[in-house]
Amino acid sequence: MYFTLFGIHIVRTTVWKEDSFPHAGIIQREENSMEEEIAGQRRGRFNLADVMYFSKKGCEAVAEDEVTRRFSSEELVSWNLLSRTNANLHHVSWQLTVVWVIGILIRYCLLMPFRICLAVFSILLLVLATTVVGQFPNGRVKCWLSNQVQMMCATLGVRCLGGLVHFHNRENRPQEGGICVANHTTPLDVLILASDGCYSLVGQAHGGLLGLIQKSCMQTTQHVLFERSEMKDRHLVRKKIREHIADKAKLPILIFPEGTCINNTSVMMFKKGSFEVGGTIHPVAIKYDPRFGDAFWNSAKYSMMTYVFNVMTSWAIVCNVWYLPPMVKEVEEDAVHFANRVKAVIAARGGMSVLPWKPGKRGNKSAYPKHRIFDYQSWRTTIKACACSKFQQPVLCGVSPDRLFPVTNQNQKYFCPLVASKSGMGLIPELLFVF
Amino acid sequence: MGSRASTLLRDEEIEEIKKETGFSHSQITRLYSRFTSLDKGENGTLRSGGNQCACLLLYLLISKMRILKHMTRINMCLLHREDFQRIPELAINPLGDRIINAFFPEGEDQVNFRGFMRTLAHFRPIEDNEKSKDQNGPEPLNSRSNKLHFAFRLYDLDKDDKISRDELLQVLRMMVGVNISDEQLGSIADRTIQEADQDGDSAISFAEFVKSAARFQKEM
Repeated sequence: MYFTLFGIHIVRTTVWKEDSFPHAGIIQREENSMEEEIAGQRRGRFNLADVMYFSKKGCEAVAEDEVTRRFSSEELVSWNLLSRTNANLHHVSWQLTVVWVIGILIRYCLLMPFRICLAVFSILLLVLATTVVGQFPNGRVKCWLSNQVQMMCATLGVRCLGGLVHFHNRENRPQEGGICVANHTTPLDVLILASDGCYSLVGQAHGGLLGLIQKSCMQTTQHVLFERSEMKDRHLVRKKIREHIADKAKLPILIFPEGTCINNTSVMMFKKGSFEVGGTIHPVAIKYDPRFGDAFWNSAKYSMMTYVFNVMTSWAIVCNVWYLPPMVKEVEEDAVHFANRVKAVIAARGGMSVLPWKPGKRGNKSAYPKHRIFDYQSWRTTIKACACSKFQQPVLCGVSPDRLFPVTNQNQKYFCPLVASKSGMGLIPELLFVF
Repeated sequence: MGSRASTLLRDEEIEEIKKETGFSHSQITRLYSRFTSLDKGENGTLRSGGNQCACLLLYLLISKMRILKHMTRINMCLLHREDFQRIPELAINPLGDRIINAFFPEGEDQVNFRGFMRTLAHFRPIEDNEKSKDQNGPEPLNSRSNKLHFAFRLYDLDKDDKISRDELLQVLRMMVGVNISDEQLGSIADRTIQEADQDGDSAISFAEFVKSAARFQKEM
């Protein structure tokens, strides 16, 4: 049995596996996480071959790890006739090629022109309608009108991108004065949610076409828009959000706590900022069906226009939106724990796995950003890895719950005063990991 | 994704790797794109930016140099220890360091794609149709004996072909963590050596390791 354990089964993308969407990838793994299996191992006696289990897991991680997989499009178990999802472009049979060519004709010559026309029309309508509504005096009529305009344009926008959305549990829709949090896969998330309700958006001010749309929206509703430099100031962000939700007349605010687009197979760690301001949190789970089109925006690979073009030339964007019951932070709970609770609820509803890692900032093209903070709680230690600009070499930080220090990494042992002072432990030799 | 990486890996190279490791063509190209994505430094420099040269001739010259760089890049693509340490799941693996060491050949600090594949080949499952063919050729990398040898090397740091009590204790400490005291760990190590050792030198040689691993396999 150990030798079957010791072999990693590397599968191609076209192998059929039941219910395998969250687990598809280059490697066929067992279902348990490493923590559960480690716990299971300790119940038996130690034997020399135990080392094989860890080395297998290690090499699996080398061949493909759970985190970087989430920043590229989800691998499909069977091909959906889009050449962009077929990683191994090889000839299967001429019948399939014929079907594929017919598919291309339908998508590029039939669906796409129709969608582009609809998109142009809807943007013109948005600009026109918001200008008209913006002329109205401030009051209830204006609010109602602007809500209708927003929802209509968002619905049009969703349709022109080939979206087919199923809303579930609409009785739990976010109310005024609340914060709506959702998992983030694509900028289309905003459109999809806006077609069923009105939100104030928190986001960065863009230029170009997106900036035009933002400006027209700002005429009628109160959105919270930031400059790029302001986004880094977390206190400012928090203050603005707090002011916004305090005013009960204002629309619920829409926040994506992951901070970046993930490929919809898992939910990564939520930033705790939006969970600290208080107020009611309305979680929303959004799950796209990958068989009809890939909604994930890989911002390192595709620009916005290329992405929109890809979306318009896929079959459709089919998604399910679940409105979940509102949650409130309990008195003794800290923001991180609350964020994890919300994250677990969203992931459970959407059928996505929960990853304890934080996604890094993906502004540039490199796959591994320079500064990244991982916060992983395992069953025996708390490993905190920090990015410290002072130390260029890798260091490992391990703090066990009872403050004893395990795992002296035999080659590396460095001090990082940054983390030591944050955790209030002074200059105790913590071993720190720098990515 | 797959098609871009395969243009940088020549067909002859793929054939050679296939013969040596037993992976299929598509698996090799997939692993090559994984290899190149781990190698962060090279990726950044080659694909970033565009040439801002005013002079067309200069532009042509530089683009020729880039092509040359691309061609030499196949062999120049190298991984260092930091590239492996950036993988989060490897960082929490108790044997992470030793596994990373296993990728690097003796005394060297970098590994190329061939070496990378050679190490990963140890983890390929043994297929039934392989057992009968090619008895005269060199042993495949994923044979039972080579797998056991890989595991043996994880224990044996000083490469004297014996697992001493100290080496066993080190690995035990890494795998087990803080919650077990030194004496308990020592007794576990002693018991293991006692059970496996046959020639009475209180160290485990490769042959004894193979025998004890086989015995545990039967127990399962």
